[in-house]
Amino acid sequence: MTVLQKKADNPIAHLSADDIEEIGRRLDEIRAEVIEARGASDAAYIRKVINVQRKLELSSRAVLLLSLFPPAWLIGTAGLSVAKILENMEIGHNVMHGQWDWMRDQKIHSTTWEWDHASPSDQWKHSHNELHHTYTNVVGKDNDLGYGIMRVDEDQRWYPLYLAQPLWNFINAMFFEYGIAAYDLELGKNLASKESRRDPEFKARAKQVFKKIRGQMTKDYVVHPLLSGPSALHTLAANFTANIVRNVWAHSVIMCGHFPEGVETFERKSIDGETRGEWYLRQMLGSANISGGRAMHIMTGNLSYQIEHHLFPDLPSNRYQEIAPKVRAIFDEYGLKYTTGPLPKQVGSAWAKVVRLSLPNDFAKKLTSRLGVRRLALSAG
Amino acid sequence: MTTFVPDQSPRATPRGRLRERVWQLAAAATHPRDPADYLDMFRPLRSGADLRARVVDVRPETADAVTVVLRPGGAWRGHQPGQYVRIGIEVDGVRLWRSYSLTSAPENGLLTITAKAVPDGVVSAHLAQELRPGQLVHLDQAVGDFVLPDPAPTKVLFVTGGSGITPVMGMLRAGLDRLKDVVLVHSEACADDVIFGSELRRFAEDGRLRLVEQHTDTHGRLDVAALAELVPDLAERETWACGPAGLLDALEEQWADPELLHTERFRTALAEPGDGGTVRFTAAGVTLEADGATPILEAGEDAGVLMPSGCRMGICFSCVLPLREGSVRDLRSGEVTTAAPGDGVLIQTCISAAAGSCDIDL
Repeated sequence: MTVLQKKADNPIAHLSADDIEEIGRRLDEIRAEVIEARGASDAAYIRKVINVQRKLELSSRAVLLLSLFPPAWLIGTAGLSVAKILENMEIGHNVMHGQWDWMRDQKIHSTTWEWDHASPSDQWKHSHNELHHTYTNVVGKDNDLGYGIMRVDEDQRWYPLYLAQPLWNFINAMFFEYGIAAYDLELGKNLASKESRRDPEFKARAKQVFKKIRGQMTKDYVVHPLLSGPSALHTLAANFTANIVRNVWAHSVIMCGHFPEGVETFERKSIDGETRGEWYLRQMLGSANISGGRAMHIMTGNLSYQIEHHLFPDLPSNRYQEIAPKVRAIFDEYGLKYTTGPLPKQVGSAWAKVVRLSLPNDFAKKLTSRLGVRRLALSAG
Repeated sequence: MTTFVPDQSPRATPRGRLRERVWQLAAAATHPRDPADYLDMFRPLRSGADLRARVVDVRPETADAVTVVLRPGGAWRGHQPGQYVRIGIEVDGVRLWRSYSLTSAPENGLLTITAKAVPDGVVSAHLAQELRPGQLVHLDQAVGDFVLPDPAPTKVLFVTGGSGITPVMGMLRAGLDRLKDVVLVHSEACADDVIFGSELRRFAEDGRLRLVEQHTDTHGRLDVAALAELVPDLAERETWACGPAGLLDALEEQWADPELLHTERFRTALAEPGDGGTVRFTAAGVTLEADGATPILEAGEDAGVLMPSGCRMGICFSCVLPLREGSVRDLRSGEVTTAAPGDGVLIQTCISAAAGSCDIDL
């Protein structure tokens, strides 16, 4: 893709300023309806998810105490993987967005929640809530576009290093939580110069990350294996596997949010003086959904409703499904593309882009045309 | 000379040390969660848990007052008659905290509170209509200095109005035996509306106290002059009074010996949310006037307060601060959030404007 402003067929050229503000007004209306309606059933929902997640985690870890027996290993690993996914996606991500702050429950609150993840919640909230959600898909501002290690847009400059990006992306998927921690720490930028390496603020944040990772490692790779006695190594392998499964799943879901074909990116200067309507429009065009059933939505933390989530990041996740048809009606009415598709298709599309952009722009086309020229020359000769 | 002072902290005993080790191990196994979060699922009322209580019974007391019986968790430290307790109850999914006087005797094991319906009072309505036995509520330890001294004075007067009887009822139920000469002057609209009416009248019939009921529908408001007529030895009686602010103000102004008067005030409903108002940053010590269109974040920054901030459009939650008391309006939706004293509702300052006076904890 190319930033929307440079496209020959700009998909928002047909909208007037009034149209855009009207879209914003109608989205505000949808938001107000949900806020008006949210109440006891929503609170019961998140408490139930948390309860189920914790019981699933406890029972899976209990089964893994006997992980020497293959069926126990399989069941325990599968259960723990699901528990970790729920904890990160439907619970952690959404609680830290402040989706449940309205309940005034100190235990389920964006300011107090810490998640089962390498990145400390404070640092994640800054890079995710503050930077990514504000500057969604603005090239040069939203570091989520390729996480600073990949080229996911034609307008990002190509370097030979990007040739290896399919490999980076694969490794990043496997160890996604550490990738996120490094990213939240802005490791690339901060390690670049001696000055920033020595910055006391960076050092303090790095220390915080190491402490968090140490706690995570101790839990999964020391305490639970030791508790398993003779099954120690099997439990260690199970925990490692569950972390990988969770990482690959989270990475896939998140790739589907902003990388598939059809998602737009934006020029840096295009957001100067952006109105609320324009901000909404950018979120509408800069996100993509995943279609699927109820289990799918819960396991993605309702990020399968990425468009609705980006429009209303602080509405309770269980409400996205209900507002999706209303949001989509606005897309249809104003002739905008609501990007969605099943998970395999969206993951495939995102991966295709990662592979394609590992090469310079139009590399394939240039290659074929150059070969074509040579063939012509040969036949002429 | 050295004095050996034994360390009384639990970790000093071998058992305490073991307990601490086990807890540390549990914390390492549940990182980054607190092991208590898992225990809470199975034993929410255990002694180490945050203080909670289970609802045992909800019963009507009068036409517009309801009594709630609670079994407190193991962390409950007991109370003195006359004290009150803050209770956190989920109404429409939102946890709201209110204070209620304890009306049960301390040695009972169960706590009772009695709430009178207040107009538009969501919590009192919830207590009366939604709360069911078996549900859990959140609780704070008992507080308040509206209590009888030990030993109690020989001659005691209680002056109460409406639900102001509740802390006094706690004292009467717990300690009437050690009170020799008690007069209770209680003001209420009519006889049927008197909370604990039959129990109070039975105390009077048994000769354990002298009860004077002032029914304001027929006999008008209770004032200090009327009180002097009703209780001729007023000046000799150490007095505990609880009721409407007007009554208490009058008593405080006109009482002969202020040393002998103890009053307890219930916080009345908050002022109606308005447009703009006085914003106090309590820790920073800054007070400013903000209009109803300016985000509190901007108003604070303009006044030189170091405000936490982020996206400035209500999505990142980097700017949240506790609203200790008062009302703010969400500039996007117009929704008003109101905090009762001590609530500490976290609000997003970048999209919230003052809607009346408000205290921000910063």
